Amino acid sequence: MTGFEVMRAENGEVTLLRLKGYLDAHTAPDLETALQKLIDEKRVKIIVSFRELSYISSAGLGVFMGFIEEVRSGGGDIKLTNMSQKIYRVFDLLGFPTLFEIRDDESHAVGSFAQPKAR
Amino acid sequence: MPQAKKKYQLRIPSQTDNLELIREFVSRVARKVGFKDDAISKIELAVDEACANVIEHAYQKSDKKNIDVAIQIDFQKFTIIITDHGRGFDPKNIKTPDMKEYLAQMRVGGLGIYLMRTLMDEIDFNVQPRRNQVIMSKYFLDKKSKNSDQTEVRPN
Repeated sequence: MTGFEVMRAENGEVTLLRLKGYLDAHTAPDLETALQKLIDEKRVKIIVSFRELSYISSAGLGVFMGFIEEVRSGGGDIKLTNMSQKIYRVFDLLGFPTLFEIRDDESHAVGSFAQPKAR
Repeated sequence: MPQAKKKYQLRIPSQTDNLELIREFVSRVARKVGFKDDAISKIELAVDEACANVIEHAYQKSDKKNIDVAIQIDFQKFTIIITDHGRGFDPKNIKTPDMKEYLAQMRVGGLGIYLMRTLMDEIDFNVQPRRNQVIMSKYFLDKKSKNSDQTEVRPN
């Protein structure tokens, strides 16, 4: 029992990772493994749902930072959804909303992969 | 300086799976003295960042050492002292990253110190031979926003 789970679901080219529990220096390697596996499988259109995540530290945020360049250079993206106010505040404090697309819910994020980039 | 009215202490092995217990310890004490959820979240994250740094840098991921987490409460503030006996550092070399530059370079790691400084009201480092301390405080009356971070002060 690590207090953290990554659940994976697929919708065509898009992969949804649902995070549950707490994401800190202990559990961040589990998320790294899950993201690395997606890259190895060339599944780079990734949505991460934070709906069931109760806590995040900088070790967790660092995982997204570590993969985003590789994912984008492969034509994909990591879009973040369903953050509680508590989780969003940590992202916001570190200025991450300027780097990552953060959406209210998963279906909007899935739809946005189908459309040309707005920026 | 006001006398400490209450002290709580936790000695715990330097393992990352203990970060959850450390967070729970500081959160419980912070709640007990009346901090609101928002302030408790800030304190637990700052302490987590400090202890994760101890495990990674001071103890170089060795899980056979101890981390001491002490909480001192007086009428004004809630102070957490994190002590390790690992590799020392020069506090003058601790830089708070420029976040704009940092994000532009998409660097990984090193965000903890920025969070600790942002989340807490005061932070200090006390480095002695074979003993490093991070001392962080949060005032019961939020100095920055002039709003109270707690419902009522209950130091006893």
